[in-house]
Amino acid sequence: MEIKEITCTVCPLGCKIKVEIEGGVIKNISGYSCTRGLKYATDEVTLPKRTITSSVRAKNGQLPLLSVRTKEAVPKSKTEEIMLELSKIEVKAPFKIGDVVVSNIAGTGVDVVATRNLYEK
Amino acid sequence: MQNYDIVIIGGGPAGLSAAVEAYEKGITNIIIIERDKYLGGILQQCIHNGFGLQEFKEELTGPEYAQKFIDKVEEYGIKVMLESMVLNVSKDRILKIVNPYDGVLDIKAEAIILAMGCRERPRGAISIPGSRPAGIFTAGAAQRYVNMEGYLPGTEVVILGSGDIGLIMARRLTLEGAKVKAVVELMPYSSGLTRNIVQCLDDFNIPLLLNHTVIEIHGKERVEGVTIAEVNEKREPISETEKYISCDTLILSVGLIPENELSKQAGVEIDSITGGPVVNEMLETNIPGIFACGNVLQVHDLADNVSEEARLAASSAVKFIKGNKDLIKSDIIIRAGYGIRYVVPQKINIENIEDKVKFRMRPTNIYTNKILTVRTKNKLLLKQKKQRLTPGEMIEININKKILNDLVKDDEIVFSVEEG
Repeated sequence: MEIKEITCTVCPLGCKIKVEIEGGVIKNISGYSCTRGLKYATDEVTLPKRTITSSVRAKNGQLPLLSVRTKEAVPKSKTEEIMLELSKIEVKAPFKIGDVVVSNIAGTGVDVVATRNLYEK
Repeated sequence: MQNYDIVIIGGGPAGLSAAVEAYEKGITNIIIIERDKYLGGILQQCIHNGFGLQEFKEELTGPEYAQKFIDKVEEYGIKVMLESMVLNVSKDRILKIVNPYDGVLDIKAEAIILAMGCRERPRGAISIPGSRPAGIFTAGAAQRYVNMEGYLPGTEVVILGSGDIGLIMARRLTLEGAKVKAVVELMPYSSGLTRNIVQCLDDFNIPLLLNHTVIEIHGKERVEGVTIAEVNEKREPISETEKYISCDTLILSVGLIPENELSKQAGVEIDSITGGPVVNEMLETNIPGIFACGNVLQVHDLADNVSEEARLAASSAVKFIKGNKDLIKSDIIIRAGYGIRYVVPQKINIENIEDKVKFRMRPTNIYTNKILTVRTKNKLLLKQKKQRLTPGEMIEININKKILNDLVKDDEIVFSVEEG
């Protein structure tokens, strides 16, 4: 049996939640103080997701970089692949907040969008 | 000399929110003075998410959060003076400003809102021995290089201090290909938010070394490594625990200092604990017509709280201009008791309170299952159960006016942490 310890980030309490897993199935969860914590721990063990924020090279903009993020949270395991894909991209200004920079990044089905209005130089 | 009803110094989250609020409350002759080339302040380099959950009920990055306010400022046609540095503020609210377009100019303000934010404590403020090589950055400077200028400050990094910007930079540098070897924290707890410890350190297996500090920086031209050591209860390094870590970059995230040089010139009284002005319930300083909000007043955890605080400063400035110029007689003193480091505001006048007053404070240490009390000399005004208090998370307590109604001049209100 595997035990995963998760620090809950739902509220400032930061409960240390213990999740017991056997053969990929959750057997027991303990240490949480509320149902939101229970859900957080379950999600963290089954499919942890994060919103990835980063920047890509930009030509002809007021800044040399365009800040971007995944429009929704993506599986945490895809982080490295997403960063590698973003490192190869160079865009051309102008961009507005919300404009799609890469669609379906790393096959996640999630778009990467601009988080800054980048005007032309 | 130009005349404005409200001059706002600083175009970051506090200044932007104050401008929007003042305009919406009917004062339109406003100007924001910003020293950078664009509005938004530090939000422009905070490209991570976590902003806006309170203000907009959605999770935004810093630039997105700033833009929501900038759009309003543009929509209302609020005047903005960019690349402009305020050199001096006088008691009678005359500002001396310099910029590349006008040279030096004077502006007279009916009311001033101080919204200059804060700056980082540098290496010099924490006295680390060793040489002075390249490769030592404050976390905010590193953040600007990586997120706005397009430079990676180094490849092997040690971070001293576990404030939120340090934690955010640990993740950011890792994502950009640097190796963050450790985050070293002098205190037995991190001053950062729990979610940042989890998502910025735990997610990337970056060790957080509590009760540790950097005792020497090595390298002549460029940082070659640091010596770290565990500290005892007196925060003194224990020599047997010394350990060398090779790295080419040391990032400092060791605290923020409200930037109050201008406030002091105007004669604004400064609280020695917060480093910000002493204010009343209207966020007015001891100088009539000068108000303060955001990180220049007290260092906040969340930009959302800054925006909220700025609205109070703005609506107070509007009241001041509209003739209620007798705000300043605040005669009830607010004090930090056991377990509380400071409380803002530091004094109140019950007559000025409409329905409630919000107090913001930080505890001196980590406390679990305690009671936070609000007392006068002989009366318990309020108590709240607190499962967990930590210096990294600001406490907010709202007190209804009716609870305060019996207080008389020179009464003291004390906030303390007590046994549950």
